[in-house]
Amino acid sequence: MKREVSRRDFLVASGALVVSFSAGSLIEPFAIAQGPFDTHKSHVDPEKLDSWLAVASDGTVTAYTGKCDLGQGMYTVQTQLVAEELCVPISKVTLIQCDTSVTPDQGTTSGSQSTPTNFNTENLAQAAGTAREALVAMAAQRLRASADQLTVEDGIVSSKSGRRVSYAELVGGKHFDIAVSSTAKRRSPSQWKVLGKPVPSMDRLALVTGTFEFVHNVRVPGMVHGRVVRPPEIGATVANVDEKSVQHVPGLIKVVVRNNFVGVVAEKQWQAAQAVQDLKVTWKPGPSLPAQKDFYDYMRKQPSRDLMLVNSKDVDNKLKTASRVLRATYLHPYQAHGSIGSSCAVADVQADHATVWSPTQSVYPTQHGVSAITGLALDSVRIIFVRGSGCYGLNAADAVSYDAALLSQAAHRPVRVQLTRHDEFISESYGNASVIEQQAGLDASGAINVWDCETWSASFGGRPGYGKPGNVLTGMLAGFDPETITRQAAVEPTGEPQNGNNAVPSYVVGCVSGKCGGAGSIRSERVLTHAVKSPFFTGPLRSPLRLQNTFAHECFMDEISASVKADPVAYRLQHLKETRIIDVVKAAAKAANWDARPSPKPGTARSGTVTGRGIACVAYEGDNGYAALIAEVEVDQASGQVQPKRFLVAHDCGPISNPDGLRNQLEGGTLQGMSRALGEEITWDDRTVTSIDWQSYTTLPLGIQVPAIDCVLIDRPEAKATGAGETAITLVAAAIGNAIFDATGARIREVPFTQDRVKVALNSRG
Amino acid sequence: MMAAISLKVNGQVHTVDVDPETPLLYVVSDHLRLRGPKFGCGLAQCGACTVIIRGRAVRSCVMPVSAVKEQEITTLEGLGTPDKPHAIQQAFIDEGAAQCGFCLSGVILTAKTLLDENPKASDEQIREAMSNVLCRCFAHIRMMRAIKRYQERRA
Repeated sequence: MKREVSRRDFLVASGALVVSFSAGSLIEPFAIAQGPFDTHKSHVDPEKLDSWLAVASDGTVTAYTGKCDLGQGMYTVQTQLVAEELCVPISKVTLIQCDTSVTPDQGTTSGSQSTPTNFNTENLAQAAGTAREALVAMAAQRLRASADQLTVEDGIVSSKSGRRVSYAELVGGKHFDIAVSSTAKRRSPSQWKVLGKPVPSMDRLALVTGTFEFVHNVRVPGMVHGRVVRPPEIGATVANVDEKSVQHVPGLIKVVVRNNFVGVVAEKQWQAAQAVQDLKVTWKPGPSLPAQKDFYDYMRKQPSRDLMLVNSKDVDNKLKTASRVLRATYLHPYQAHGSIGSSCAVADVQADHATVWSPTQSVYPTQHGVSAITGLALDSVRIIFVRGSGCYGLNAADAVSYDAALLSQAAHRPVRVQLTRHDEFISESYGNASVIEQQAGLDASGAINVWDCETWSASFGGRPGYGKPGNVLTGMLAGFDPETITRQAAVEPTGEPQNGNNAVPSYVVGCVSGKCGGAGSIRSERVLTHAVKSPFFTGPLRSPLRLQNTFAHECFMDEISASVKADPVAYRLQHLKETRIIDVVKAAAKAANWDARPSPKPGTARSGTVTGRGIACVAYEGDNGYAALIAEVEVDQASGQVQPKRFLVAHDCGPISNPDGLRNQLEGGTLQGMSRALGEEITWDDRTVTSIDWQSYTTLPLGIQVPAIDCVLIDRPEAKATGAGETAITLVAAAIGNAIFDATGARIREVPFTQDRVKVALNSRG
Repeated sequence: MMAAISLKVNGQVHTVDVDPETPLLYVVSDHLRLRGPKFGCGLAQCGACTVIIRGRAVRSCVMPVSAVKEQEITTLEGLGTPDKPHAIQQAFIDEGAAQCGFCLSGVILTAKTLLDENPKASDEQIREAMSNVLCRCFAHIRMMRAIKRYQERRA
């Protein structure tokens, strides 16, 4: 690869057009200035239209996005967006995703933020709107007509008198040389011809015919193969590496040791695999791990970083004077991302520059991380996103990108690193273990008038961001410090109400300094969160903490509702005030033909197979999507086996960009949630993690009895576009837990609902 | 240790010089540059590396290349092409049956071998055949629908 591929080179090579950024501009702005969307300022200036869009001399459009497709359809839907705003067919749009040399820094593709970020009135959508307006203005001049008299179709601007000019004639191959306008108008959803339609995912043909290029398929000239040797125990450190132990392995190029990072490089993949098998490494053991069976108690005793999210300051008094008080503690384990493909990356690190082909969600932060671990200047490192298998959050994609960079730098060759399944399970950053304790007070009428919530979550490391490569395993092994938990007491909340983790239940007013962000009506509220140090790396896993918190809130809501013999739907609606969450609850109930009555189901037998239904709802991150989910389950009371038969999801994400893509996300999220609710749990012994493959970590295969899933899509063209990738999954454990209670009268407060755990709950029924 | 091994993959004969113990997956990915079979687990637990040999779905990540020499091997890209997808591939396209798509060799080739051998397989038999095939995006509903669609079309 060349030292630095400029946008000019890139575009010339791709035949798209000529956009040039001076060499000087590649270096100068790499300062620490914060750009938009929690990013650093990059050489691709997001204020300039040319950073987002270009029209080639043949009229085709190239768009640049910092939000990449992780296998959930963002490529297709962003292409639809650009085609819609520019009034060109999809076939004329090429989307370039996440490459530090050519795309704007849009931080990390995560947290259901791609749609809110790029589909409203900023960034990609606003750039496309700006481009259309600019093209129409240019056409108006050329055709000597007023802009409002012109129409655009298929990249051709026409006047009423029939004069026409094409985008190619107006700007083909040239710069726009204007800023992204904050006032440019988006096309109204009522005009949409491409956006809002069920356009089939554009990658599908290549995927089903085996021709799609994943990062696993990247091959570069001179490339060799690396494998890593991870510490056999958590916290173990290298005492000695006996390089002679692998001298016999044919094709061996190098044994690489850097602090506690150990890896090998060989000509062939199989040779590298043999070398890591045979390499004798002596490890100094790490500290022993807290026992898994007592872990939730252990968490509550650790020093913590505390955060008070809401506090109406009358909670203790209200609880004292309440007619009744209910209390319950909910437990959620560490879970794995468990990507189907173990992570892989290719790096070519040379003396003065590096290129990494990476499945990371965060090309720009990874550029900073690779710069730190290789010692190369930031502007000499290029990270190119190439899709890996579905990641669902911080799997080992970042770790393996660092692995490849370290091995390539040491071997002076381009190196491809393929993690093994075991490597993947111990290199990823698990979804946080959580303890959620709640109490609620009821008034004489049985309505809730106070809700108190205290949570503990175990956390260590996390996304590396721009400055913490030690936040993932490889960075730490190479000698960088991870972010850890320092004790900090909570202060009274100030500023805007925050509910990004859904720690605040939907049923409270969520008020901070007089501003109320909650979806509910309960005025006495307190939510205190504690982050404690985890023995394992943790990181965002699809619906991070939002799922754990919602599981607890929505099951507790059901417990309260049952205690006053209220219908769980009606009782929820009684305590909600936000229209959009109310609407999804009502839509789900209607579609499920919900039988309004209290749980548990009357007259249920204490043995044999019984059925029940449960509901859960969420205002995701407070205001980033609304969903309600009803689960209908069958419980075999002899075996404790839970079989979901049907799910019903009602969903509101504002204007729907692609209904087929949305359904695909709701269906997949629901079943992934079912797998996590019924079986997934990281396990460990006193030294290390023991869930290391698909036998020791449970996942639901294709051959299960797949429940039916019905989706009700509420389209709100006038609303802000919100996320949809994490809403459904947030609700599944709660809805299944509530359905088990409805069927059997047994309440299970710990995920996963394994057969053993269900049987214990059934046996402890009064 | 190295040996010249002749392989017939997707109708083409290739001779590769490799350690005979090398898993077939590495040979088709690294030497033949095929993209269909993928490294998922390396333990024959997930199905992502599946190929078809003698009408059977075989997990190429644990199959030494020496054990399959001279045999006809079919990968996902050997079934059909983007211009002319195989009927089962078309069924997956029609049903929109994928998210990330990394698992598709296991899903499509396992289902195909079952239905080639037993065109009238019951739902229970299909589930049984798919009981060791994983998709972590959980596109199960659409995939099982695509398999049924293929079964109905080929009948």
